Amino acid sequence: MDSIHGFYDKMESGNIMLSFKGEVTSNLLTSVLQIMETKMENLSEPPKIKKKVYNILVECLQNLYHHIDEDDPDTIVDEKSALFMIKKSDEGEYSIMTGNYIAVENAEIMKNRLDKINEMDRDQLKTYYKEVLNNGEMSAKGGGGLGMIDIARKSGKKLEYNFDPIDDKVSFFSLNIKIAQ
Amino acid sequence: MEELIIEGSPKTPTIKFNPSTGHLLVSGRSIPENSIEFYKPLIDILESYNENSQSNTKVDIQLEYFNTSSSKCILDVFKKLEAINSGSSEVIINWFYEEDDEDMLEAGEDYQAIINVPFKMIEVEE
Repeated sequence: MDSIHGFYDKMESGNIMLSFKGEVTSNLLTSVLQIMETKMENLSEPPKIKKKVYNILVECLQNLYHHIDEDDPDTIVDEKSALFMIKKSDEGEYSIMTGNYIAVENAEIMKNRLDKINEMDRDQLKTYYKEVLNNGEMSAKGGGGLGMIDIARKSGKKLEYNFDPIDDKVSFFSLNIKIAQ
Repeated sequence: MEELIIEGSPKTPTIKFNPSTGHLLVSGRSIPENSIEFYKPLIDILESYNENSQSNTKVDIQLEYFNTSSSKCILDVFKKLEAINSGSSEVIINWFYEEDDEDMLEAGEDYQAIINVPFKMIEVEE
């Protein structure tokens, strides 16, 4: 029973407002967005912050929803399971953290995309966004590669990420989005 | 042509298009997981409206939030309006944003830079 208290203390000291681990479904997204909206309403957050956090949260969660791989029975992990946490620091800075499994070959593509975005300043991101919006093909899943650019633009911070190799097939992808106040 | 009315939901905006007045309204939130499916009826009606349009077409976009999946579909809607504007109808797009919502203003400016239709940015109080 000690571990429950341990979990609680960890989340409490880590200023975690909300966390979830499991399969991300459409209904879950609707509920989580409603809960976060109510929480921010109760905290009387300025509309500007509320909108930024909400917008970025929508993109992060829909990324998880759209891009989670089907479970590969040949790997030791459950690809359909993901983690997300929303944190508000003592200084009032919001962060959205996500974690999910990613096939090794996609990890490389994702890393390159994140590095490219992180090298850009505000104006370059704006230009890049318009370029992808106007010329990019819509993917079958509807994303079309705009999500991460939009998150970077709106958060006003560099995207912090990490890939933990699990084996030769799959890695664990961690993403930490800090939202500038 | 019949009026198109789609009632809003927590994830999708209210859409009203009246082909006999040439007025299009999109208001609320647009954060569906599948936006292509959602915007298809609007794209379709604009396509047929282009063949028999009013002399003026007024578009009011009053979005509170939209996701990047919707942003592609909104661009498709604007491309249809661009075609209508270069045809027999004069189109104006009113882009509403709440004061302090720089992200929404900037999103409107992004479309303005891509689409060859007059835009009007309108700030509203929260």
